[in-house]
Amino acid sequence: MDNIAGQRSTLTWIVHITVAALVALWLFPTVGLFVSSFRTGDQISASGWWRALGSSEQNLTFRAAAPDTQEEEGGLYVIEGNLFDGGEPLNVSAWGISARAVDAFEPGTTAELRKGGTITLSPDGSYRMENSEPFTGKRGQRIFIAAVVAPEFTLENYNNLLFEAGQGEGMGEAFINTLTVTIPATIIPILVAAFAAYALAWMEFPGRALLIAIIVGLLVVPLQLALIPLLKLHLGIGIGKGYLGVWMAHTGFGMPLAIYLLRNYMAGLPRDLIENARVDGATEFQIFTKLILPLSFPALASFAIFQFLWTWNDLLVAKVFLIDSTGQTTVMTARIVEMLGTRGGNWEILATAAFVSIAVPLAVFFAMQRYLVRGLLAGSVK
Amino acid sequence: MNPVMLGLITIVTGVVGCIGYFFLSNLILDAVLPARGPNAGRNINRANLIRPWLFLLPALTALSLYLAYPVIETLRLSLLDRVQGGGYVWAGFDNYSQMLGEPKFWEAMRNNLLWLIVVPAAATALGLLVAQLTDRIAWGNIAKSLIFMPMAISFVGASVIWKLVYDARPEGSDQIGVLNALYVWMSGEGPQTWLTFPFWNNFFLMVVLIWIQTGFAMVILSAALRGIPEETVEAAILDGANPFQVFFRIKVPQIKNTILVVWTTITVTVLKVFDIVFAMTNGQWETQVLANYMYDKMFRANDWGVGSAAAMVVMLLVTPILVWNVRNARREMR
Repeated sequence: MDNIAGQRSTLTWIVHITVAALVALWLFPTVGLFVSSFRTGDQISASGWWRALGSSEQNLTFRAAAPDTQEEEGGLYVIEGNLFDGGEPLNVSAWGISARAVDAFEPGTTAELRKGGTITLSPDGSYRMENSEPFTGKRGQRIFIAAVVAPEFTLENYNNLLFEAGQGEGMGEAFINTLTVTIPATIIPILVAAFAAYALAWMEFPGRALLIAIIVGLLVVPLQLALIPLLKLHLGIGIGKGYLGVWMAHTGFGMPLAIYLLRNYMAGLPRDLIENARVDGATEFQIFTKLILPLSFPALASFAIFQFLWTWNDLLVAKVFLIDSTGQTTVMTARIVEMLGTRGGNWEILATAAFVSIAVPLAVFFAMQRYLVRGLLAGSVK
Repeated sequence: MNPVMLGLITIVTGVVGCIGYFFLSNLILDAVLPARGPNAGRNINRANLIRPWLFLLPALTALSLYLAYPVIETLRLSLLDRVQGGGYVWAGFDNYSQMLGEPKFWEAMRNNLLWLIVVPAAATALGLLVAQLTDRIAWGNIAKSLIFMPMAISFVGASVIWKLVYDARPEGSDQIGVLNALYVWMSGEGPQTWLTFPFWNNFFLMVVLIWIQTGFAMVILSAALRGIPEETVEAAILDGANPFQVFFRIKVPQIKNTILVVWTTITVTVLKVFDIVFAMTNGQWETQVLANYMYDKMFRANDWGVGSAAAMVVMLLVTPILVWNVRNARREMR
């Protein structure tokens, strides 16, 4: 018996460790983006985000004071100062005076300047340049240093992206646009589908079974098929590209799932309740609004979450039916794809933009996960 | 007009319009065919025949206009050629033969086939694994919730997340992509630009979709596992089955149908996958898939004929699943 108990506890440990590893693996990429969005561009390109939580050694560039500050000391022309004046004091671990050898010298040593003279840099960042001839030129000598920098997080990226005019790549605007697409495209189909679902669940009429079969079939029709015919239709009836078109398209594309989910749920409501109401003389419209609609709240919520996530996250429908050549109506997903093309290396902008766009669905997800799970269980064709 | 205002007006018009339509149409029906008086019986029967269609009309209009009509219209467009300056000419199967002659199309077909094999299999297997493992530990629900989370993230957001994972910096400098950091550290070789290796880069793209879909598979399979009668498991344990035998011989056979449903649902998602490829490689380095090929043809090359033909291929691939779903739904209703 001891043996079996021992086996069981080993197995339990393996399960715990495996699940922990899987969860870590699943979270790791998202956390990376999240951490990166709070780092400056220099920090991101200097070290991996997983190092951001501790100190990291970074290469920084400074300039010594300009030649017009030089003083003459007993025949020598001297420029003195400290690189970290007015900033965070750092401890220099290596330094250089050429971009090709940024860590050529130890702190405290003296280097020959290319244009004549010498420079000495102490570990605390104070430097002294000496020359027997006057220093010339307008700008100060460039100095590269390597130093250990404490972890530092900033909200600057979010501020730049959302609130600075001209810097935000239009993300603030795109956020509003996405919201404008999403809300009507979530509310309208619910109402239309609820009435239809009630008819399919609780009214007897010829052709009902066939209609339900057709709706199940339409559930999997790829919306790619609808792009050209509907764009043609929208252009033909004068809607063109715009919000009206995208709302109608989302309503149509969301309809099969909405009807299917709601019908399944409504069909499961107790028969007595509805029969009694009919016997009591309630009209079908009253039964629907006073009885069915309140009772179906969980199913309505499930579909609302689905439709919200789907319209918020959508790229294809917005690209085809909404975004015209002026680009005024662009949504966040489309902006981010553009940025991936033009700003591929600027991770501080990309990470922040992506996080702004996924923050809202994530909030909805964690707040209403129960309904989402219930909807998934009801919505997959069994 | 300000789009936000337009949105608000649309919500109000839509909601009021919907309720108004249903209310008024029912009111009129009740007035025309009153359920009292000499013809009450006949009137009730007639009203009961008409009323379902009043309830269904808006939804059916939306369905037929936005889903049924496009299927037929796409089929028609795939057999036509657009001529300069407007109008169409009959092209027969020219679009299809032109498409079949393009190497890019076959590349897309090959990649789609790979996606169809790998993604549903991997996502279902991982989902099943997580569902089974989290079932028996105290913090299982938190673990499930975190693995489910990518479902809420857009394909575009996921693409950015994974592009950071795959990022490559020049040799010698610090790698900021996790994969390259690990690779350089373990192999000691230079960093790799993962997304540019033909063939293998497909798998790096698939990882993104597997990452998203595993949560979906897990949720459904977890519910199915809980629905398994305790007695069958207990009986197996009493007979001396080890945990692996219980899982593979007792549990999996009982949820076979649910596994199939999960598999087909992910298969449909895979066939429609567009955003991930569009955002990460845009079909370069031999990563083209059908949905992106079709988008290319329709909106970049502006070739509606070939684009529609490609869309029909996607439809054709979905059809077996469509038929299977409909048959299942009908059997369940009986």
